[in-house]
Amino acid sequence: MLLIHCPYCGELRDEQEYRYAGEAFIQRPGLACTDEQWGDYVFNRTNPKGKTVEQWAHAAGCRKLFVVERNNVTNEIYAVRTFESYKEQA
Amino acid sequence: MKYSWLEVFKAGLSGQKQWPAAWPEVSPKAAYDVIIVGGGGHGLATAYYLARDFPGTRVAVVEKGWIGGGNTGRNTTIVRSNYLWDEATNLYEHSLKLWEGLSADLNFNVMFSQRGVYNLGHTLQDMRDIERRVNANMLNGVDAEVVSAAELKERIPILETGKHVRYPVMGASCQPRAGVARHDAVAWGFARAAAKHGVDIIQNCEVQAMDIEAGQIKGLQTSRGYLKADRVGCVTAGHSSVLATMAGIRLPVESHPLQAFVSEPMKPVLHTVVMSNAVHGYVSQSDKGDLVIGAGIDSYTGYSQRGSPHLIDHCASAMIELFPIFSRVRLNRQWGGIVDVCPDACPIISPIPQVQGLYFNCGWGTGGFKATPGSGHVFAHTIGQDQPHPLALPFHIDRFTTGALIDEHGAAGVAH
Ligand SMILES: Cc1cc2nc3c(=O)[nH]c(=O)nc-3n(C[C@H](O)[C@H](O)[C@H](O)COP(=O)(O)OP(=O)(O)OC[C@H]3O[C@@H](n4cnc5c(N)ncnc54)[C@H](O)[C@@H]3O)c2cc1C
Ligand SMILES: [Zn+2]
Repeated sequence: MLLIHCPYCGELRDEQEYRYAGEAFIQRPGLACTDEQWGDYVFNRTNPKGKTVEQWAHAAGCRKLFVVERNNVTNEIYAVRTFESYKEQA
Repeated sequence: MKYSWLEVFKAGLSGQKQWPAAWPEVSPKAAYDVIIVGGGGHGLATAYYLARDFPGTRVAVVEKGWIGGGNTGRNTTIVRSNYLWDEATNLYEHSLKLWEGLSADLNFNVMFSQRGVYNLGHTLQDMRDIERRVNANMLNGVDAEVVSAAELKERIPILETGKHVRYPVMGASCQPRAGVARHDAVAWGFARAAAKHGVDIIQNCEVQAMDIEAGQIKGLQTSRGYLKADRVGCVTAGHSSVLATMAGIRLPVESHPLQAFVSEPMKPVLHTVVMSNAVHGYVSQSDKGDLVIGAGIDSYTGYSQRGSPHLIDHCASAMIELFPIFSRVRLNRQWGGIVDVCPDACPIISPIPQVQGLYFNCGWGTGGFKATPGSGHVFAHTIGQDQPHPLALPFHIDRFTTGALIDEHGAAGVAH
């Protein structure tokens, strides 16, 4: 059972309050892209072993989407961040 | 040695202590014609059919742990072929036909037991889907029937078919030729038969990097040294993306934990396999007597071989509603495997266009055990002839560019 801290609610809650929403920061290609690029965007995933940067939605709470940096072998959560915090960093 | 009742009798005279090793322990050679990465059922079956059908090919299977230690040894062993779409049905039915002769073919008892599989329906839409799938199965020459709730009660008396439960059972589909098999025996049987045809089975040998030159695979860097080969087949289930990264490509798969659990052994109480997609859970009773129960995948991706307990809880509640008689059965063990889930819930059996000599067989996700012999057979031919086997062609990785997906998600009775 993962315990996830919601950066918006400021609460540490049970995984079941959240919905997993896949790899974060996937870039949508432009309209002029090839079938290969479109297929890569829609279907291919890096699916790394170790550190993941992924989206979770606080479905049964504030319903906001945010980013979790997690080790998917040990399930240790390194950081929970809002999307805004990445923009500030960049 | 050919296993037979006579050998069992002869060995009995010395207390069953004279059995030779089922296959030899070998050290890796410097070069092979084909290396299969991953010593699960699919990898071992691939090696067996390659060595059997393409004599003279030098084949090795390299496994990072012990053979069958991945999903092959962690699954709930349901074997069936009642899929919806022609492409999938043809592939799984090819496999089911191989299962029917497998123990004799391998000279190893894989304990394939055709005890039937029931896929329950709990809503009117479930029942319409079941009728459609049963009709599709019959058109494809696969045995299938629709069973009413009353008939189900006759056949499986311990199943709750009353109206006063949260999700009453309205009926089911049944595939009489479906059933279960002994997972370890499948790995061991294929390993032994492959070794007999000259395949080297190398355990504790992890592939760490791929040697690719000008778009052609040249060899593999492993924890036991460099192995040369210009054809490599990756059959690493949940770790397929890890291997893909070594080849510089990405795959349309994501790895999730999938959990199962078994009860304490009991006297025979359930003679068939019962699955329900709607309440999510499925159960059979092993020959040892334990109930083998499977849950759904965890929503998040992961490689931890353990999932979250609420999935077990959810599945156990469903089982108890279906079989109130199980409510006080104690559970013995729970575990997880890492399944490689594809967007269309169908496998990828394919050459990799970017790398000459590299092939992947993956994406079986939650339901590949049933396909073990068929998958190995068509993958062996795909590698041996460097051309997709006709049954494997629809499962080419190109479908994620062309869009010709085979949408089995939800179409089949349940994910496993
Ligand atoms: C809980 C559970 C229940 C299931 N129930 C069913 C069911 O009822 N019916 C059904 O049909 N299917 C079921 N499945 C799915 C089924 O188990 C798999 O689809 C199938 O067993 C996959 O076989 P495989 O040989 O491809 O993979 P595996 O048996 O996982 O073999 C892959 C091997 O590759 C090795 N490997 C990985 N990386 C490397 C590396 N770098 N170098 C060398 N070796 C490596 C691994 O150690 C592993 O042994 C279930 C799965 C789980 C987890
Ligand atoms: Zn919140």
